[in-house]
Amino acid sequence: MLIEKSILVILLFLVSLGAAAYMTYFERKLAAWIQDRVGPDRAGPFGILQPIADGVKMFLKEDFIPAKADKWLFIIGPGIAMFTALITSAVIPWGPKLHLFGRDIVLQVADINIGILYVFGVISIGVYGIMIGGWASNNKYSLYGAIRASSQMISYELAMGVSAITIVLLSGSLSLTTIVEGQSDVWNIVYQPVAFLIFFICALAELNRAPFDLPECESELVGGYHTEYSSMKLGLYLFAEYTSMFVSSAIMAILFFGGYNFPGMSHFSGNTLAILGIAAFATKIFLFIFVIMWIRWTIPRFRFDQLMHLGWKSLLPLSLINLLVTGLVIAYKNGWF
Amino acid sequence: MSLQIISIILGSLTLASALMVVLSKHPVRSVIYLVITFFLITAMYIMMNAQFLAVVNMIVYAGAIMVLFLFVLMLLNLNKEVEPMATRGSQLAAFIAGGSLFLVLITALKDTLILGQSYRDNHSQIGLVKELGNLLFSKYIVAFELTSILFIAAMVGAILLAKRENQIIE
Repeated sequence: MLIEKSILVILLFLVSLGAAAYMTYFERKLAAWIQDRVGPDRAGPFGILQPIADGVKMFLKEDFIPAKADKWLFIIGPGIAMFTALITSAVIPWGPKLHLFGRDIVLQVADINIGILYVFGVISIGVYGIMIGGWASNNKYSLYGAIRASSQMISYELAMGVSAITIVLLSGSLSLTTIVEGQSDVWNIVYQPVAFLIFFICALAELNRAPFDLPECESELVGGYHTEYSSMKLGLYLFAEYTSMFVSSAIMAILFFGGYNFPGMSHFSGNTLAILGIAAFATKIFLFIFVIMWIRWTIPRFRFDQLMHLGWKSLLPLSLINLLVTGLVIAYKNGWF
Repeated sequence: MSLQIISIILGSLTLASALMVVLSKHPVRSVIYLVITFFLITAMYIMMNAQFLAVVNMIVYAGAIMVLFLFVLMLLNLNKEVEPMATRGSQLAAFIAGGSLFLVLITALKDTLILGQSYRDNHSQIGLVKELGNLLFSKYIVAFELTSILFIAAMVGAILLAKRENQIIE
């Protein structure tokens, strides 16, 4: 049992890092495609070795700590960012049960009964990496980036949480496994398109992705919170962003698009079902990543006051109304009126 | 036995980081020690099989309130040169207030169980979301609803304060 889980944890760690590495390649290729360029094509066939070259470059650069920086916090910052990006994957159910060596293997590290709250808990501490790093740099642009990041994340967490509560109301459980199993017939997106839209926008904001990438807005803040960072510390920040993109795509697929469920599931069973389920889940994650990147290269950045208006005056009331309507419908179905 | 060892380690770590909140000279470091303290308290909840309480403690205290604390401290950018020195009078007042709070806490905690004992009961269901919800919406419904009214009043008050200042400027 312990060995099984340890292997799963190590596998997840490698998959998350590998996915994050190749997402950088994919992002550059996609940007090139959208802007009618060729993109990276020097390292290996089609530039497929580009992420490895980038990684080596990151490691070999000079690691510089500014003289007036708070040294310990400056070092800890990127570590926290990476740590929080990685630990969310512990509660994600990656597929149906796999039958190997005469025993059932559950493809989830920890099936805790409050899985979705755990995800929100980790998201809410994820901002510390950026805040601590930005403050410890002792640079006004970094500080602005850090302050923007924290206010943005706190504002969008609310609407995100409220739209996730509608899903909890629908499935009657906080456990991600139960939420996925409840969608074997109809995916939640059919019942909750508004909640999905709100959740998706908020996820973009929480990820600091364009059009909400104000914490690292290069036209105003040089590099934002990571202005003073170099070498692999900068690499960790960038990597953490891609890792959390991967994980939050997985969360969106679970909450709204049925996780590892796919149409015609009842025709398969056993290991075939498990492998097809994992493949379906991976496809959904990939599509979400594609859409997030597509948005980045299409829509220009918001201004900060527009961002706050959108979060507090549009998304939050909309998500509350959506929650109220969902609650009323469920109450009506249970025969309350 | 192993539970007891873990509880002792957790307890001493919590006490140490809580002490560092007060002893640390730098306000931002104090807040970071406070965040660590909240995490250790979360770990204690998990030891007592109160997963829901643990995660809520993490989201609300470590996640939201401490981020706001850090936010304000970063905006103020406090350092040693500009830090206001407390006068003798306020030092004395702080000593008396803190001392009386300490006394109240000691008397309140005198009769409670020692933590190590409740760890042994780690199959208790009381901290899980279902039991907690049942309790909140049946036995403690009045207190629960009153608290929510209090929260709404506080929220309305905050919005009113922010609005009024804005209108004066206009």
